[in-house]
Amino acid sequence: MEDNKMSEETPQSASRRNFIKGVIAAGAVASSSAYLFRSTTLHGQPSAAGAVERLITLNVNGQDRRIDVMPQDTLAMTLRYKLGLTGTKLGCDRAECGACTVLVDDVPRYSCSVLAHTVRGRKITTIEGLADATTGKLHPVQQGVIDEQGFQCAFCMPGFVMATVGYLKTNPNPTRQELAHGISGNLCRCQDYDKILTAMMRGADNARKG
Amino acid sequence: MANKLIGQNYTTPDLVAKVTGKAKYAEDYRVDGMLFCKLLTSPMPHARVKRLDTSKALAMPGVKAILTADDMPGAAAGATLGENVQSTAQAERGLTNEPLYQGEPILAIAATSELEAAEAVEAIDIEFEALPFVVDPIEALRPGSANARTQGNVWVRPPAPAGGRGASGDAARGRGAAPPSPPPPQVTVWKWTEADFANAKEGELPLGKFSDEWSFGNVDDGLKKADLVLDETFMTQSTGHQPLETRTAMAYWQNGKCYLHGSTQSTVQTVASFARWAGIQPNQVVMISEYTGGGFGSKIPGSIFMAIPALLSKKANAPVMMRITREEEHFIGRARPGVIARVKAGFTKDGRITAIDMYAICDNGPYDAQGDARTAGTTISLAYQPQAMRWRGLTVLTNTPPKVSQRAPGGMQGVGIMEPILSKAARRLGIDQVEIRKINAPSGKAPFGPTLPNGKQAYVTSAFVKEALDKGRELFKWDEKKAAFSGKRQGTKARGIGVAVSPFAGGSIGFDALFIIKPDGRIQIQSGIGNLGTHSLFDVHRIVAEMLDVPWEQCDVVFGNTAKNLPWTCVSAGSQTAHAMTRAAHAASTSAIKKLQEIAAKSRGGNPEAYKVAGGKVSGPGGSMTFAQAAQKAIELGGTYDGHEVPEELNNFTKTSAKALAGQGLMGVAKDTYPRDGQSQSYVVGFAAVEVDTETGAVKVLDYTAIGDVGRILNPRGLKGQLFGGSMLGLGHAMTQRWAYDQHYGLALARRFHHNRPPTILDAPTNFIGDAVDLADPETPTGIRGVGEPPVGAAYGAIMNAIADAIGDDAFKRSPVTADILLTSLENGGKRTHETLTAHI
Repeated sequence: MEDNKMSEETPQSASRRNFIKGVIAAGAVASSSAYLFRSTTLHGQPSAAGAVERLITLNVNGQDRRIDVMPQDTLAMTLRYKLGLTGTKLGCDRAECGACTVLVDDVPRYSCSVLAHTVRGRKITTIEGLADATTGKLHPVQQGVIDEQGFQCAFCMPGFVMATVGYLKTNPNPTRQELAHGISGNLCRCQDYDKILTAMMRGADNARKG
Repeated sequence: MANKLIGQNYTTPDLVAKVTGKAKYAEDYRVDGMLFCKLLTSPMPHARVKRLDTSKALAMPGVKAILTADDMPGAAAGATLGENVQSTAQAERGLTNEPLYQGEPILAIAATSELEAAEAVEAIDIEFEALPFVVDPIEALRPGSANARTQGNVWVRPPAPAGGRGASGDAARGRGAAPPSPPPPQVTVWKWTEADFANAKEGELPLGKFSDEWSFGNVDDGLKKADLVLDETFMTQSTGHQPLETRTAMAYWQNGKCYLHGSTQSTVQTVASFARWAGIQPNQVVMISEYTGGGFGSKIPGSIFMAIPALLSKKANAPVMMRITREEEHFIGRARPGVIARVKAGFTKDGRITAIDMYAICDNGPYDAQGDARTAGTTISLAYQPQAMRWRGLTVLTNTPPKVSQRAPGGMQGVGIMEPILSKAARRLGIDQVEIRKINAPSGKAPFGPTLPNGKQAYVTSAFVKEALDKGRELFKWDEKKAAFSGKRQGTKARGIGVAVSPFAGGSIGFDALFIIKPDGRIQIQSGIGNLGTHSLFDVHRIVAEMLDVPWEQCDVVFGNTAKNLPWTCVSAGSQTAHAMTRAAHAASTSAIKKLQEIAAKSRGGNPEAYKVAGGKVSGPGGSMTFAQAAQKAIELGGTYDGHEVPEELNNFTKTSAKALAGQGLMGVAKDTYPRDGQSQSYVVGFAAVEVDTETGAVKVLDYTAIGDVGRILNPRGLKGQLFGGSMLGLGHAMTQRWAYDQHYGLALARRFHHNRPPTILDAPTNFIGDAVDLADPETPTGIRGVGEPPVGAAYGAIMNAIADAIGDDAFKRSPVTADILLTSLENGGKRTHETLTAHI
């Protein structure tokens, strides 16, 4: 696997704990800043041979982010609890609902079922990374949601939008039927599928028009 | 009222936050020093904790506190848990030493990380004593069978006052003629006899003794004079609500107040229920819920488990995040009660229903009595207007997950039970399916439910069901499809069409609205409605902009945090909000217009009545004032103008909020005291065309049309979304959704989405039409009723009817109508072979 080539060069002089502290933004009350899910002391965790590197770099939304991850940490938990990117939702944590869908090298993946250390060196895109970083202009698919007042509670929305953005990269001009199949790995419990599909089709149209 | 905003599409102001991932749901908040908690849940369907030693877990690194049932407040009978919610002595407490279903939380551990908390749960030394259990309600009624609770197996109400009693669920929703409130039910032992079971034919619900009854007219006479009498037993299934966001909650304490970030359908109404569950005072609660990932009835006033992080946080003296997993949600996330019913219905040869005799069993789960079986009866009495009806029922306890209202509670089940009977009768009598529903449709101030002590039935505010049926018939192209589809087979495909009528409560009354016209001319609207996805949070406040004749963009809606001075608001449930809160908004707008006129008259001279509010100004004989000027003047005048004095009839909750906001501008504040004659009910008629693959049992819904009689249209896209989403929930109940319990061990076999099978985008109808008759309800100033619930029963009934049209009336007597049911019936000459009386299989 390509992943094996990606092990990080960790400067020996850097204190791991200080580094972790550096990653964590000073938390305001009820802020959305990065939160250390597994904190300070690392009880009973093997650091022996065979364990994967814990200090890794992930490329998320165009930025290299240095983080400390456990071997079992999923990409979803890493995004949500170490990088403060809570737009990626956990609906089932078992690859059934698609709420956690992100793009890994432009391919939609359930981030609940991807281990963080396996996507080092890959290009990860979350819902927070879709809009233009400088102008704030929404991605055409996001704009489609606004144009059609898509979704209801919207807990599934980030996953559907990411799945659609990913699907459109392989088929920019789908029929409703094709797009429905393309995003059928995502579940909506308000079940407003008709309006979701209308919004996503509008997004595809927006994208084609540029 | 003008019509610039009402009935028009718009973009809700929360949508950009939702689509960029910035919208924060309960699990998206972070607080310094936040601990994580994990639950220890019951591995058995019914047990008692014999021995519990937490010392080893408590000594583990990172573990900060352990909460057990002994830390939870007791369940006090009669305690108010928010609107329409009263507790009983047998109520749930959040944690328990006598679990009554598999998955019930026993204790909770807070630690610095979730992994440490999970490891500590493993280190808990606990021993259970297994107790008798039962997961099937009919089994629970057999002589000598186990009881779900040590106290008994059924909820029984003490004798009712003479003349029958009203539908308890409906009582709080309106005043057709207020029924007396029934005495609280008790858990007792109640079994049927061997003879009761022996007297029932195979597949028939035994008619053993019942605990609850109501009636109107003479049922025996009605059945006697009928030309056709059908006697059918049908079982509707229990289903989890399964909102995509689980009931995760995070809490911390600051200066004696508990800040609760939770997932709830209702913002304001969750304060009292949460306070009761946590054993604290409502004024100690700050409820924060800006975005909720769906509820469907399972989070009406929040969730009892919110008390766990709140009390753990107090014990550990640190914030606590309780993440609920999907599997935990399966058990604790609430479920719709299954209803098993036997209905005897009489028809004249021209299709009129002479009488309905209904006997219904509610599969109640282990906790408080649910009204679904009773509401199923009142819904049937409204939808099909029988000339006489008797309803009898029993609420049976089972060791299955706790039941609570799910979107169209009881209404959906009632429609699903009655619709196949109506379809069968129409076929027997040779009457068109749409026609037979028109013949029996409610119209105008249609009566429903039991005869009340005043000798009359309750009645509705209005019903335009015939108009909806006509509109649907045309849009769906019923007659064309009937010729082309109905009962037609092509190769392995059998096609059928179906139609169904579904009413449900469509609005409550008596709540408050509160807003301020600020000195900068903007209108700040305070909203206590939950943001659960229905858009009503914003929709209803467009009444204010409409009446004050300002652009919607000039309004700011403040919501989602009870520290932000919100008015007394209905629960965001039961299709109440659009009706209740547009009335309140109308009242507050009327009060603000009067104040604007008075201020203009005081400032510019002349009579207040001579001034008109339009175009963001108040203008009259002395000239005009902008809203900004009027707001400034209101602050100078004080008193009622800027909210220092408020109407006496306001709820105390609103008074407190108004007091905090007084002096900031011109205050519009009022209680909805508009009269209403009748109970507000909304209606949806559904039309379905299906194709059944007779070799695989697969069913595809080809076309579906939902037509609402839901008053004036408030938000067209919102309307269509509610019609579609509700229809999909009905489709799920008709075709896919269920759970399964091992009857021998009482354990869940289906715990996840791929077992429970909620519909996906690929199950959606190929062609969907959603529309409404758009006729104003005459008993509310805005003409608007709710729409959320009735689409569910309409799709449930119409799709099952279409399947029956395709392959025969006797192929199934339970839902969901799965491939195995269809295939075994087709093998058996169109007659069902499946079991009809065992639930959760």
